[in-house]
Amino acid sequence: MSGTGIGARVLRKEDFRFITGKGQFTDDVNRYGQAHAVFLRSPHAHAEILGIKLDAARAMPGVIDIFTGDDLAADKIGGLICGWMIHSKDGTPMKAGAHPALAQGKVRYVGDHVAVIIAETQAQARDAMERIVVDYKVLKPGVSMADAVKSGAPVLHEVAPDNTVYNWALGDEAATQAAFAKAAHVTKLDLVNNRLVPNPMEPRAAVGDWDSGQDAFTLYTTSQNPHVARLVLSAFIGIAPEHKLRVIAPDVGGGFGSKIFIYAEETVCVWAAKKIGRPVKWVADRTEAFLSDAHGRDHVTHAEMALDASGKILGLRVKTQANLGAYLSTFSSSVPTYLYAPLLSGQYDIPAIYVEVDGLYTNTAPVDAYRGAGRPEATFVIERMVEVAAREVKQDPAEFRRRNFVRQFPHQTPVIMCYDAGDYDAALTKALEMSDYKNIGARKAESAKKGLLRGIGFSAYIEACGIAPSAAVGSLGAGVGLWESAEVRVNPVGTVEILTGSHSHGQGHETTFAQLVSERLGISIDNVSIVHGDTDKVQMGMGTYGSRSGAVGMSAISKALDKIEAKAKKVAGFVLEASPDDIEFKDGKFSVRGTDKEIDFASVALQAYIAHKFNGQELEPGLKESAFWDPTNFTFPAGVHICELEIDPATGVTRIDRWTAVDDFGNVINPMIVEGQVHGGIAQGVGQALLEGAVYDSSGQLVTASYMDYSMPRAGDLPSYDVGMTQTACPSNPLGIKGCGEAGAIAAPPAVMNAITDAIGHEGIAMPATPLALWRAIQKTAPRAAAE
Amino acid sequence: MYPFNYHRPGSLADAVKLAGADEAKIMAGGMTLLPTMKQRLAAPSDIVDLNGLGLSGITVAAGKVTIGAMTRHADVAGSAELKKAIPALAELAGMIGDPMVRHRGTIGGSVANDDPAADYPSACLALGATIVTNMREIAADDFFVGLFETALQPGEIITKIIFPVPEKANYQKFRNPASRYAIVGVFVAKFAAGVRVAVTGAGSGGVFRQTDFEVALGKDFSAKAIEGIAQSADCLNSDIHADAAYRAHLIGVMARRAVDAAK
Amino acid sequence: MASVTLNVNGKSVTRGVDARTLLVEFLREHMRLTGTHVGCDTTQCGCCTVHVNGEAMKSCTLLAVAVDGATITTIEGLAKGQDLHPMQAAFREHHGLQCGFCTPGMIMSAVDMVRRKGTDLDDKTIREELEGNICRCTGYHNIVKAIHYGAEAMGKTGTAAE
Ligand SMILES: Cc1cc2nc3c(=O)[nH]c(=O)nc-3n(C[C@H](O)[C@H](O)[C@H](O)COP(=O)(O)OP(=O)(O)OC[C@H]3O[C@@H](n4cnc5c(N)ncnc54)[C@H](O)[C@@H]3O)c2cc1C
Ligand code: FES
Ligand code: FES
Repeated sequence: MSGTGIGARVLRKEDFRFITGKGQFTDDVNRYGQAHAVFLRSPHAHAEILGIKLDAARAMPGVIDIFTGDDLAADKIGGLICGWMIHSKDGTPMKAGAHPALAQGKVRYVGDHVAVIIAETQAQARDAMERIVVDYKVLKPGVSMADAVKSGAPVLHEVAPDNTVYNWALGDEAATQAAFAKAAHVTKLDLVNNRLVPNPMEPRAAVGDWDSGQDAFTLYTTSQNPHVARLVLSAFIGIAPEHKLRVIAPDVGGGFGSKIFIYAEETVCVWAAKKIGRPVKWVADRTEAFLSDAHGRDHVTHAEMALDASGKILGLRVKTQANLGAYLSTFSSSVPTYLYAPLLSGQYDIPAIYVEVDGLYTNTAPVDAYRGAGRPEATFVIERMVEVAAREVKQDPAEFRRRNFVRQFPHQTPVIMCYDAGDYDAALTKALEMSDYKNIGARKAESAKKGLLRGIGFSAYIEACGIAPSAAVGSLGAGVGLWESAEVRVNPVGTVEILTGSHSHGQGHETTFAQLVSERLGISIDNVSIVHGDTDKVQMGMGTYGSRSGAVGMSAISKALDKIEAKAKKVAGFVLEASPDDIEFKDGKFSVRGTDKEIDFASVALQAYIAHKFNGQELEPGLKESAFWDPTNFTFPAGVHICELEIDPATGVTRIDRWTAVDDFGNVINPMIVEGQVHGGIAQGVGQALLEGAVYDSSGQLVTASYMDYSMPRAGDLPSYDVGMTQTACPSNPLGIKGCGEAGAIAAPPAVMNAITDAIGHEGIAMPATPLALWRAIQKTAPRAAAE
Repeated sequence: MYPFNYHRPGSLADAVKLAGADEAKIMAGGMTLLPTMKQRLAAPSDIVDLNGLGLSGITVAAGKVTIGAMTRHADVAGSAELKKAIPALAELAGMIGDPMVRHRGTIGGSVANDDPAADYPSACLALGATIVTNMREIAADDFFVGLFETALQPGEIITKIIFPVPEKANYQKFRNPASRYAIVGVFVAKFAAGVRVAVTGAGSGGVFRQTDFEVALGKDFSAKAIEGIAQSADCLNSDIHADAAYRAHLIGVMARRAVDAAK
Repeated sequence: MASVTLNVNGKSVTRGVDARTLLVEFLREHMRLTGTHVGCDTTQCGCCTVHVNGEAMKSCTLLAVAVDGATITTIEGLAKGQDLHPMQAAFREHHGLQCGFCTPGMIMSAVDMVRRKGTDLDDKTIREELEGNICRCTGYHNIVKAIHYGAEAMGKTGTAAE
C-alpha cells in the first residue's frame, strides 16, 4: 500500500485541528444555559464535619443551588468504587472504606469534597463558596505510612482499624527461603518510590447535561475510558441506567492514568444537572488537580536478592508498603499488587520470588495508576537490585544482567507471568553499541578533569502490557473484563468508519488505526475515520491505559476486518459470478483466481448496499461487522535504556548527557508515533528520578500544590534521546504488537538512579535526586568515581 | 479574582492621586500582582495601571545607567547600550522567568515587590543603585527592608532606578527547579572604591550584602580570596528545595563563579 | 463594565467586560476562540500564550482592559486560510505534539522565538527559550526538532521577516 500501511511513518491525521487551535477539549464544550460548579474542599487532612452553614452563601448573587453529601445520600447516589478485589494472604477481602462523592460526616484529605456550589458564573460560585461556614472537629492525621501504622494511629475508616487495606503476598515463601539459605552473597537495599502527581496539561473537567423530555443524561468529561465511566456511574453510583446516560470524552489533553478513574466531580456535575434543570460545568484549576487528581507510586520497599558464587540470581524477597491514600480510587488496589509483583522477575531467570505488600490508608489524596502503574515500581526494585548486586560482586552491570537473562521462551516466572517472546541479549548488545559503552572510562576521566562526576546506569526493563485476558484478571479479582471492541462500518462509497472502545488522548489512534485499515483494505487513510470517545456511537469498550490500545484495541479491529473481508468476498463472488472460495483479495482489489476478472473495494461496498446482485436470503445486504477481542496473554515489551550523566559536586546539579533506548515493542505500526511515546515516557521517568515529588507536611497540607513548588520537567532539564529498536513479534495477537506507551516511564527511573549512584559511588540517595539531595549525598562519602 | 475598579491614568500626578486611595494597588506588568489576585490572595478596590505613563527607557551617561521603572525585563536584557555598560545587569534581566514574563514584567514592579527570591534586588544592592520615586531618592541600602517590604510609602511610585557603572560585575543564579526564581543569586560588583556583593534568594530577611566577601575581594578580587570564608547558615531560608546549610554553601559557590566570570 | 476594543486575528472587536476579565477569558468566552488554553494558575505552563502587539505573552495573566487597543494574534490567526504557518507545519511534520493541549502555546512561543533569535536556532537555545512552556506528553525532543526546522522554514519562506 502507498506508504500509509503498517510500519510507515505516516504524519498524524489528528494534528491539523490541534495546530490550528480547533481541538475540542471538554473546557471548550459549552451547553446552552449552562451553570458553573465549584467545589468546596477540605482544608484539613482529617476532620469530622459537625455542621455546614449554607445560608449566607445561598444568598450571594448568582447562586443557583448548593449541595452536600446529604443531598446525594437522599437521592440514593452511591459512593465511588474500587473495581478490583484484592484478598489478603489470610484470605480476607480488602477493607474498602466508603467513598462518598461529597463527604458525609468526615473529611480524610486536604482537597476532599465537602460541597458543590452552582452559580451563573464561576466567579460567583467562588464568591459564594467563601461564605460557607463548616464546623470542623479537627482530628489527628496519619500522613505518612509510618504514621498510619503506628499503634494508636488515627483511624481513617472504621472497616480498617489498623489503616491497612490488605496484607497481600505472592510467590513461594518456602522456596525463596531455601534459595537464600544456599546463597553465596545476599544484596539488600531499601528503596523509596516517590509520590508523583500525574499532571496532564489539560486539567480535569466535566459538563453534565440532562434532557428533561427524555429523562436522559449526557456527560462530557476528560476520560480515558468513557464506557467504564458510564458503567460505573450507572451500575454502581446509580445516576441513570446505561441507556439513559451518554458519556462523551472529546479531545482529551493527556491522561497518564489519572483520567481513567471515576471521580467525585463528574459524578456530581451530571447528577446536579437534573437537580437544577440546567447543564453544569466544572473545570479544575491546577491547584485542584494537584489536590484531587489521583496521585501515583508512593512505595517504601525492602528487597533482598540471593546470588550464588558465580553471580547467578537464586532468589528475590521483597517487602513493600504501598500508600493508597485516603480512599480506594477506581483501580488503586490492583496497582501495587497484580500490576506490580508479577513483574519483579524482570528480564531474569529467577527461580524463587516472594513478595509481600501492605496497602495502607493515609490522610493524603488517593493513589492510583500513573503511567506504567505498578510496573515502574517493580522495574525500579529489580533494576536497582541487579545493578547493586553486580557492583557488590564486582561484575560489569551489563554482563551481570546478560548472565541472568531469560533465554528460553515461553518462560514461566515464579510470579504468574509467562513471557512469550523476546530477545534480551539483542537489545542489550545494541544499546551497548549505541551508547559507546566501551569508552565510558575515557569519558569519566574527561569529566573528572573538569571536576565533574560522570556515571552510567542501565535499566533492562520488562512490562506486561496489552491488558488483559479477561478470565485471567477475573480470577485475580478484577471487576471487569479487559477485552476491547471494534466495529467497522463500510459506507456505500467505500469509505470506512472504525468505531473503537479505545480512547486517544495523544496516542494518535486516528492515524495508526487508519493505517491498519489502509493496509488491510487497500484504501487511502484519508478514507478512514476513527470514531471513539462517545458511548452513543460506540456501544461498549474498555478504554486506553496499560499500553493496550494497539495490542487489544487494534486486534479487535483486525478481527472485525477479517469478517469484513469474508463478507466482501461473498459480495464480490456474486458480482463476479464466482464462488467466494475462488475470490482473492489483494491491494484493494477482489479478483477471481486465475482470471482477469476483478472489482475494487469501493465497488464491492456499493454492491453490498444496493444488493442487486444477490438475494437477501443468500446474503444479508450491507457491509458492517463488529468484533470483541479478548487477549490470551499479556504482551511483554522489553528493552534496555542507558543513561549517562554528569554531576557537578559543587552544586549537586545533574545534567543528562546521553540517553540510549533500545526497545522491543514487537511489530510497529508507525515508528514516528512509537518514538514519540518513548520520548514522553522517558521524560516522565527522568522527572520522577530528578525533579518530581509530591510532599505533604506533617499536618497533611500538600506543600507541592502548584508548579511553583512541584518541579515539572522543562525542555532545558532534558536531553535529546537516541532511540533504537529490536523486534520479536508478539505471538498472542494477530498484529504481533506489544505496546509502547509506558516503556519510557518504566525504564527511566532506575537508569537514572543507577547512573547517579555510579557517579557518586554509593547507594545512599533516593528519588527525586534533586540538587539538594545530591549535594547532601556527596557530602556523605568521598565519591568513588573521582577517586578512581 | 475579586471585582475592582480599573484606572489607567495618563499622568504621574493622576496616578499618585489614584494610588493614594485606601485599598488601591499599583499595577505595572502585573506578573506578580495578577497571579496573587487570581488566587484571591489580594483584593484591591482599585487597580492603577502605570502603562500609560511612559516611564520606560534606558539611558547611559556619565558613569550612570538610568532605567525607567516601567522598562520591561526583555528590554533591559536586550539593550545594546546596557550590555556595554553593565553586561551583568542585562544578563540578570534575561534570567528572570521566561520570555513571555519578560515581555510584560518591569524592573520597577520587581524592585517594588521585593520578593526575597527575585533577581533585581541583588543588582540594586550590589551596584549601590538609587531608587527614584515621585517623592524622593532612596539608596538601595535603605530601600530593601524585609520580605516583600521596602521603604516605599503607600501610594509612592518608583519612576526610575539609577545604577552606577562598575568596573566589573557578574550575577550567578541558582534556580529553584520548580519556580525558577533564585534559590541563591549572587551579584558581585567591583568599583574603584571597593567591591559590593549582594545575595538574593537565601536570606530569611530578603536580599543582603555579604560583607566578609566584600572585604576579602576588596583586597584581592579573585575566587581564591573568598574560598576559605564560611557563610553562616543562620538567618538563611530552609524549604523543600534547599535547606539553610545548602544555601550557605551555594552562596560561596555562586560568589566564586561570579568573581571568575566578572567583566 | 468596561469597553474593550481589540484587533484579534485581523478583526476589530469591541465588547463590554467586567474589569476582572482576563485576556484568555475574553478570547475563550467572549470570542469563542478556544484554541488558547489554560493549564495552570501560576503563569508557568504557557498553554495560554498569544501575541500582543507582536510579542508573546501569557494571556492568563493580562487583564483584557489593560491591553485595550492592542493587536492580538492567537493560534487561530496564524494560518493564512488553508495555508499553515511554517511553524504549524513543522510541528506536524516532526511530530511535535501528542495530546495537542500545550501545542497552541508552544507554536505561538516558537514563532516569537524566531522573531527574537532568528531562523538558525540550535537545540540549546530552543530549550532555554522554552522555559515558559510545559509539555507533559512529548518529552520535548520532537518539539525542539520541530522548532528548529520551523524556524528554518520561516527563514526560507520569508515568514520570519513579516
Ligand atoms: C512565571 C513567572 C516567573 C518569574 N520568575 C522570576 C524570576 O526568576 N526572578 C524574578 O526576579 N522575578 C520573577 N518573576 C516575577 C517577575 O519578574 C515580575 O515581573 C516582577 O516581580 C513584578 O513586576 P511587574 O512589573 O509584573 O509588577 P506587578 O506585578 O504589576 O507589581 C508588583 C508589585 O509592585 C508594585 N509596583 C509595581 N510597579 C510599581 C512602581 N513603579 N512603583 C511602586 N510600586 C510598584 C505593585 O503594586 C505590586 O505590589 C516571575 C513571574 C512569573 C509570573
Ligand atoms: S495558563 Fe497561562 S501560563 Fe499556564
Ligand atoms: S502534547 Fe500533550 S502536553 Fe504537550
